[in-house]
Amino acid sequence: MNTITGKVWVFGDFIDTDLIIPHAYLATSDPSELTKHAFESIYENFYQKVKRGDIIIAGKNFGTGSSREEAVFVLKQMGIAAVIAESFARIYYRNLINLGILAIQIENITHAVKNGDIITIDCRNGTLQNTTTSETFIFPSFPSFIVNLIEKGGTIHFLKEKLGKH
Amino acid sequence: MSMTQKILSTHIVKDDSTSPVIPEIGEIIEVEIDVIMVHEQLGGRIAPEYEKLGLDYIKHPERVVFILDHWVPSPTIDASNMHIRANEFAKKYKIENILGENKGICHTVLPEQGFIAPGMIAIGSDSHTTTYGAFNCFSTGVGATDICNAFATGTLWFKVPEPLHLIIKKSTFEKGVFAKDLALSLLEEYGVDDLIYQAMEFSGPGLRNLTISSRVTLANMSVEMGAKNAIFEFDSITENWLLQNSYYLSRHGEHFNSISCDEIVEGKSKTIDLSTIQPMIAKPYSPDNVSEVNDCIGIEIDQGFIGSCTNGSLEDLRSAAYILKGHTVHPDTRCVVIPASAEIYLEAMREGLIEIFMKAGCIVGPSTCGPCFGGHMGVLGDNEVCISTTNRNFRGRMGSYSAQVYLASPATVAASVIQGKITSPSTYME
Ligand code: SF4
Repeated sequence: MNTITGKVWVFGDFIDTDLIIPHAYLATSDPSELTKHAFESIYENFYQKVKRGDIIIAGKNFGTGSSREEAVFVLKQMGIAAVIAESFARIYYRNLINLGILAIQIENITHAVKNGDIITIDCRNGTLQNTTTSETFIFPSFPSFIVNLIEKGGTIHFLKEKLGKH
Repeated sequence: MSMTQKILSTHIVKDDSTSPVIPEIGEIIEVEIDVIMVHEQLGGRIAPEYEKLGLDYIKHPERVVFILDHWVPSPTIDASNMHIRANEFAKKYKIENILGENKGICHTVLPEQGFIAPGMIAIGSDSHTTTYGAFNCFSTGVGATDICNAFATGTLWFKVPEPLHLIIKKSTFEKGVFAKDLALSLLEEYGVDDLIYQAMEFSGPGLRNLTISSRVTLANMSVEMGAKNAIFEFDSITENWLLQNSYYLSRHGEHFNSISCDEIVEGKSKTIDLSTIQPMIAKPYSPDNVSEVNDCIGIEIDQGFIGSCTNGSLEDLRSAAYILKGHTVHPDTRCVVIPASAEIYLEAMREGLIEIFMKAGCIVGPSTCGPCFGGHMGVLGDNEVCISTTNRNFRGRMGSYSAQVYLASPATVAASVIQGKITSPSTYME
């Protein structure tokens, strides 16, 4: 979990879980079918446009609404490397960490990036640089507990290791 | 110490069991979980994730309560298959409390069936798990992976939330004003994100004027403000409700781990005067887009919905029936009424409420989440307008992306369906 560089997709404030993945599709058991509908009302065919390693930048209260982990799972399926938001809904934040996706909170970040900008996140030093504009932001380092979960690739991998040892 | 801190401190997992541990606000701690509620999500992401752990057990199958409520009875093949997957998992891992699909909505049924007790920690695979805080416990919603963690270990990590003390002053609601209106007023003040990670702690001399159903509505909608949990101080109303519940008595006896609120010396607080609250409404497309019902009078509606874990209680049905009695639903409007649980449905039948609804032309459905999340039994079409007693009105929440949902109390919804347009409940209150 040192540095990550990727292209950004910018979203506004209050992107709720229904906008990330509408409830109507949740009964499907096919992950690729589910992923096709991610953010569909914001960017048409988002799943085809997004590349592995891309980064999501969002405004306030990203992921507000239901506890559905599918709203993080589809990000994982698409290979999103990190989510940076001005603030996160509580359950969504937990879900990101639990699935091993880096989640960083930075105030006013949406004003400093445009779709397609390339950013570099340095987790060790707690900095984020927009390499397109050279603007740099800082963020507080993560508690070791969370670093551990993300480095293991999420809670399930972490638990597997922990319980396997006993 | 806040009530939330008190509960968390009695559940901390520690190596040396002799020394009491007081968790600091903001500290990340691991706690024992008393109740794990799962619904359809068990057949969704929980089962496949849990299988990855390769375990052949759930650590405390007796602490798990499994219910089907969102898509019951199932309207689609996909939903039926999800139920099948969930049921298979529950059998395989020997979950002890399997409630099936005929009891009603999870957040109404768990307290009703005596699973929720003061002082406990409950989690659920649903964001409105905050509801159980009405019964003086710590409860919050989590995602599938957190449920897997709790299944495997019996514990889970939490960051100790900062409290917001809501002190109810000695006061009562005016006629036609209900807990839903207070919840919406709080949303107007705090918005959908001001209280992220915080604990809403309700206490004060006016608490006794908030019934259990009122507390349920408020605890339920605390998550709409971003709160981690809401908790109501234990009082004679909590005690009487529990003592009258035979399921509670058979599970816990006449015993309460009641949590009281210390004198509030620090932390943020707000005093609430119930008598100043007006009938409120949340306009599309956010629960905090709130104004007084009086500012929305006359907006035409296609559907009214009375139900959900927010406002599907017996008391809610009574307040709607009081208004609908002797009236009919406007011919251009449909009104769907869904009692939140089978027990409530039965009691509403005995009291004659169901007859009032049906004679008024309402469609009365079996207990389910149904229309609340756009699942079935009242899904909105393009550009349709609905007034609903539920808790969320995001775009697409109850059906079409272009449909519009207004959130209000059961009384306001009942008055509105008679007129076919948004109407103040005071129109039908003598
Ligand atoms: S009634 Fe609505 S809010 Fe309550 S659990 Fe069901 S879908 Fe969720």
